[in-house]
Amino acid sequence: MISELIGFALLFGTAVGLAVLTGRYLSRVFRNEPSLLDGLAPLERLLFRLIGVDPTRPMPWSQYLGAVAATSVIWVMLAVTLLMTQAQIPVWNQGAIPSMDWTLALNTAVSFLTSTNLQHYSGETGATYFSQLVVLMFLQFMSAATSLTVGVALVRSLRSESGASPGYFYGDLVRSLTRVLLPLSLLVAIGLVFAGVPMTFAPYDTIQTLQGDLVSVARAPAAAMLPIKHLGSNGGGFFGTNTAHPFENPGMVTYCLHLITVFLLPMAFVCFVGYYLNRRKLGVIIFTLMTGCWLMLTIPIMQQEWAGNPAISALGIDQSAGSLEGKEMRFGTLASAFWCGVNVVIPAGALTSMHDSYTSLSGLFMLLGMQIDAFYGGVGTGFMYLFLYIIIAIFIGSLMIGRTPELLGKKVGQTEIQLATGVIVAQPLIYLGLTAVAVLLVSQTPDGGASLGWLSNRNAGPNGYHGFTTMLYEYVSSVAGNGSGFEGLGDNTPFWNLTTALAMLLGRFIPIVGTLLIGAQLYQKPFVPSSSGTLPTESYTFGALLFIVIVIIGALCFFPALAIGPIAEYLTQPR
Amino acid sequence: MKTNLIPAIRLTVVMLILTSVIYPLVVAGIANLAPGGGKGVTVEAKGRVVGYALIGQKFTEDRYFNSRPSAVEYNAAGSAGSNKGPSNPDYLKTVQARIDTFLVHNPTVKKADVPAELVTASGSGLDPDLSPAAAKIQIARIANARSLSAERLNQLVDANTNGPLLGLFGPSTVNVLKLNVALDQLR
Repeated sequence: MISELIGFALLFGTAVGLAVLTGRYLSRVFRNEPSLLDGLAPLERLLFRLIGVDPTRPMPWSQYLGAVAATSVIWVMLAVTLLMTQAQIPVWNQGAIPSMDWTLALNTAVSFLTSTNLQHYSGETGATYFSQLVVLMFLQFMSAATSLTVGVALVRSLRSESGASPGYFYGDLVRSLTRVLLPLSLLVAIGLVFAGVPMTFAPYDTIQTLQGDLVSVARAPAAAMLPIKHLGSNGGGFFGTNTAHPFENPGMVTYCLHLITVFLLPMAFVCFVGYYLNRRKLGVIIFTLMTGCWLMLTIPIMQQEWAGNPAISALGIDQSAGSLEGKEMRFGTLASAFWCGVNVVIPAGALTSMHDSYTSLSGLFMLLGMQIDAFYGGVGTGFMYLFLYIIIAIFIGSLMIGRTPELLGKKVGQTEIQLATGVIVAQPLIYLGLTAVAVLLVSQTPDGGASLGWLSNRNAGPNGYHGFTTMLYEYVSSVAGNGSGFEGLGDNTPFWNLTTALAMLLGRFIPIVGTLLIGAQLYQKPFVPSSSGTLPTESYTFGALLFIVIVIIGALCFFPALAIGPIAEYLTQPR
Repeated sequence: MKTNLIPAIRLTVVMLILTSVIYPLVVAGIANLAPGGGKGVTVEAKGRVVGYALIGQKFTEDRYFNSRPSAVEYNAAGSAGSNKGPSNPDYLKTVQARIDTFLVHNPTVKKADVPAELVTASGSGLDPDLSPAAAKIQIARIANARSLSAERLNQLVDANTNGPLLGLFGPSTVNVLKLNVALDQLR
């Protein structure tokens, strides 16, 4: 066990090291300074000519938001059309896959557009190779590039020099792909194919097993999709059981590779903020806060899973290797729980084990990680959420010492604080409201919800609270753009497809629009050099204040629902 | 709106070709050089392909090392975990039934020694591995069914055990299919 913990520390250290390098690289790329892949400039010029845009042209904020909206609408319409006709498309079609109905197609398109990757279909039976690569992987690339681009635009607005602009959307989008996402994906994909991940367009194989059974084995062009799945905080895997599937994640080599790619860009983005704004200390403080909070959520999950399921212990068998329902032996309990802790704070939301079968209290920490969504968070978007918390913390902190709120030399006014509060409050309103509707529907069904076929855990007592957590988790995961699930939810129904699609759209675009509007406000304001009258944001005291603000908001917004979910389950379970 | 729509459409077409046609074809080309040619590494025995090294198989016969329970019965056309909550009463009944079955087939094993992994389903339903302990606890039964010595089987499990990566990452495992292929070759 000790050696495994040392392994996790090494893995984390490697990820941090690579993230610092990548953060510095990102800063060079988005400042248009000389950087590693300048050799790609001719390719980029060709791309810009084909697209018909001039990447040096400045773009006003309204047009910037218009470009985000236009691309999103086009991508969703394209995705819905292709998913609803996938059975008829003869290219890259392994056969026997039906087309999606419109609710599932819409849910899937929105889910990949928003980097959520909720996946109400199952990869092996619900999507053709064509859909996986041309629709889903394409959206994984584009949504990740959009997140990165929009995050960069927000950071640009915080620059002190005048004349800073949000940048040119199409220019940054293309460069995110050519300079960051595509080269990294190719590199990781090569690593994956040599570690045993399949990359074949061949149809499913039929084999006679050693014991004599006839079984079918799904193969897939999976190795291309998996790098961007993790790099882009997407999380939608090729196979139904995601990264728990042995073809997606053959062993600890791929586990480490996958996990580093999950960590890489969200962490690198924080470093990027420090380098780009020339405020390294701010970067370090944010990074320290994020790491501390992430550990506070991950360590309890690992501890709970290692301690095991008390109901299994009561059966009198040997549970010394931890709670193993829904976990794979090549990872074991600790590595599975560690992965879970990373993938709830970073909204890749990839699974190496089934969260529905985790012990009761683990669900509490998973939900908290997704609800706050800022401890690293997604590529670009994680910093957005933290930025909102920073605005609120600055407001509260300045009021406490009787100063005008200022952020990095820009005065924070009423509009900015109203926008930040609005976005922070909108999140719980969406998922709590929708969960309430779902609970109402279950309770209004005469047979206690059985005929709805939604929940695999709906018995009275602790299991019933678990069923509530299942539904809450689905909406929290949708709003947070995480995309993992308590998979015991029969979620491919019109109700769940449409309500979660709504939750994902609101959960993605309210923060993007809200933070960009704040950015636009700050960007117009004159830079005021800091004085003794300013609340210093580049200090560990402010870091502590920020932490307290997050805890208070968390306690007010999240705990009532958690109390009737995982906490009630924990308190009522037999022991 | 027109100023935004036309570049957005052209961007979509260009990027679709780059990310979803050129990039996957390059990866597929490189995959030809990888073990198994990117089609998954197979295991052969009795002169035929008996399975994929990474995809677990159902082994329920007494003369084989049994694999873990699976929510999809190891049919790799799909994949799934049980998704049962920790205190689900139906689930706990299923686990109790698996314990009883295991004890009937392995009369020399004490209940307190039954490893949880042998009575709980994996995440993918295709888990190819067991821990060395879960393999070794089945040795008495297999030795009896095949009239082999327990010592030889012990050595067989040890020879098929893969330690943690670099001694640091993850637990020790035994690939059940490879172990059973090697078991069939013992005489």
